[in-house]
Amino acid sequence: MTDQTQTTPIVKGSAMSMNRVLGVGAFLLGVFVLVPVIINLTGRWDFYYTLTSVALLSVAAAGVWLTFYIGRINIGQGAYALTGGYVSAVLMTQYGVSFWLTLPLAGIFCALVSVLIGLPILRLRGVYFAMVTLVLTEVARLTALALPITNGAKGITSIPLPGELSILGLTIIPDFATLENPKLAFYLMAALLMVLTYLVLWRIVNSRLGHLCRSLQQNEELSASIGVNTAMLRVLSYAISSFFGGLAGAIFVAISQSIYPSSFVVQDSVNFMLYCFLGGLGYVFGPMLGTLLLYFGWDLLSVAKEYQLLIYSGALIALMLVLPNGILSLLDKKGGNK
Amino acid sequence: MEQILANGLYLGAQYALIALGLTLIFSLMNVLNFAHGQMYVFGGFVTYTVVAQLGLPFIVGLIASAVVLAVMGALIEKFLFRPVIRKSKRDESTMLLAAGIAFFLDAVILLLFGEKQRGVPKVVNGVFNWDMRLIMPYDRILIAALAVALIVGFILFMQYSRTGRAMRALAQDRVAAQLMGVDVDRYSMIGFALGAMLAGLVGGLLVTITGINLGMGGPTSVKAFLMIMIGGAGVISGAIAGGFILGMMESVGLTLLAAYGDVTYLVIFVTLMIFLAIRPQGLMGKPWG
Repeated sequence: MTDQTQTTPIVKGSAMSMNRVLGVGAFLLGVFVLVPVIINLTGRWDFYYTLTSVALLSVAAAGVWLTFYIGRINIGQGAYALTGGYVSAVLMTQYGVSFWLTLPLAGIFCALVSVLIGLPILRLRGVYFAMVTLVLTEVARLTALALPITNGAKGITSIPLPGELSILGLTIIPDFATLENPKLAFYLMAALLMVLTYLVLWRIVNSRLGHLCRSLQQNEELSASIGVNTAMLRVLSYAISSFFGGLAGAIFVAISQSIYPSSFVVQDSVNFMLYCFLGGLGYVFGPMLGTLLLYFGWDLLSVAKEYQLLIYSGALIALMLVLPNGILSLLDKKGGNK
Repeated sequence: MEQILANGLYLGAQYALIALGLTLIFSLMNVLNFAHGQMYVFGGFVTYTVVAQLGLPFIVGLIASAVVLAVMGALIEKFLFRPVIRKSKRDESTMLLAAGIAFFLDAVILLLFGEKQRGVPKVVNGVFNWDMRLIMPYDRILIAALAVALIVGFILFMQYSRTGRAMRALAQDRVAAQLMGVDVDRYSMIGFALGAMLAGLVGGLLVTITGINLGMGGPTSVKAFLMIMIGGAGVISGAIAGGFILGMMESVGLTLLAAYGDVTYLVIFVTLMIFLAIRPQGLMGKPWG
C-alpha cells in the first residue's frame, strides 16, 4: 500500500515530525480560528452551516474509510447515521435525556447493531458486501417508516437544542438555547468532533490494529492462515465505523432539530463512499478532503442553477479520469511511489 | 390467486430484463453499474420523445431507445471505464465513476426532458378478462410477451453467436480469453453497449404502462442490485431467476401484507439479508463473488 510515509515517522527523523506538527498546528489554527474570523469578516454566516455539515459528514465518511481499509466497500453508512439520529431524538424527546449523554449512547447503539448485522454480512466480499450495505440503508429508512416509536413519515420534530453540560457545578458547555450564536457553537462542536475522529482514525491506522487491517485488505485468507483473527477484526472495524456514523447522525439531528425517515437515504450513503474515493483510499485524511471538496463544491455550484448537477457530475467524472486513485494520490508521485 | 401469479410474472419479466443488463456488465468488467437505473429512465424518455412528440409508431421508439442507449453504453465504456480501470489501483474506483455517470445522466435527463412524469398512449386497447379471476390489460400482456421474447433472444444470442461466446469466455476468465485471441477491449465495449441497450429497452417498454420520470433511476438501480444478489452476480440464469423471484415476492407481498401498511419491501430486504447470510453468493453465483 501507499502509506509508508505515514507509518515511519521515527525513521525519517525529526525534520519530518517537525513538519507534521507544524501541519497539524496550521490545520487546527485554520479550523478553529481562521474560519470563524473569515466568516465574521465576510458576513457569510451561511457558511457555518455548510462547514458544520462538512465536518459531520467527514466524521461519517471516516467510518466508511475504515471499512474500506479492511477491503470492504461500505455503502450503508446512511443507515447508521439515521439510526444514531433516531436514538438521540427518541431519547431526548421521550425520555428527557440530555443531548450530551445521547451522543455516546447513539454511537454505542449503532456499534452494537452493526455487530449483529456485521457478523453475517461481513462474510460477503466485493460487490456483494457493497450491495447488501446499500440495501441496508433502505432497510433503515423503511424500518423508521414502519416502527411506531419513530413516528413514521411525520418524523420527530421540535427536538430541543443541546442543553448545559456541567460537572460539579462547573459549566463546561453552556446551554445552546441561551447562546447568542448557536451556529458558531455547532460549528466548533462539529469541528472538534471531526478533529478527534481523525485523531482516533490516525491512531488506529498506525497501531497494531491498523497493520492487521492492512493485511485483511491485501489477502484475507493469507492473514487468517498466519493466525490473524479476521472475523473479529472485521466486526471490530465495522463497529467503529458505525459508531462514527451514529455520532454524526445524532449531531445532525441536534442541528436540524428534527429527523425524518428520509433524513439519510441511499444517496447519502453513496455520497459517503464518494467522499472516500475522491480523497483517496490510501490516506487517512482523504475522506476529510473529499467531503470538503464535494460538499462545498456542490454548495458553491448552486449559482449555476439548473446546470449545477451537470457541472458537478462532469467535474467528478473528469477528476476520476485524471486521478483515479483520489486527490491525495498527487502526494505519492512526488515521493516516488513503489 | 391467478391474478397474483400473473402480476408476479409480468413484473418478473421486466425485472429480469433489467437485471440481465446489469449482470452482463458486471460479469464482463467487474463494474457495478450505478447508472443502470438512469439508463433505464433515459431509454424511457427516448421512446416517449419518438412516440409521443414525433408521432412515430411504438416499435420505432423502442428501436430508437435501443440504439441510443447502445451507443451511449459503448462510448461510456470506451472513454470512461476503460481508462479508469487501466489506471486505478483498486477495482472499486470504477464505482465512483459509475456513481458520477449516474449523476451526470440525471442532470442530462433533467435538462433534456424535464422533471415531469411522462407517458405514451396505450399501444393496444382492451382488457383480457378470464371469468373475473384474471384481469390483465392487453398492453401489459404485450409488454410481458415482448420482455420474455427479448430475454429468450438474449440467451440465444449469448449461447450461439460468436460474440456471445466471446463474451461468455471473457466473463469466465479475462486473461485466458485474451490468450485464446479474444479481442478483450472490443468485446467489453460490445458487452457494455448490450447491457445499456437492455436497460433502455425496458425503459421503452415500461413507458407505455407506468410512464417514466426522473426520480425512477435510483430506486430502479437498487431493485436491480437486489435481483442480481438473489440470483448471484455475473450469472445470466441467476439474473433471470432473481428478476422473477423479486417480481413474485413483490406481487405476493403486496397482497398478503397490505393490511400491515407499506412493509412489503422491508420484509423482502430482511428476507434477503437472512438468505445472503446463509448463501452469500446468491442462488447461482460463483462462491468467490
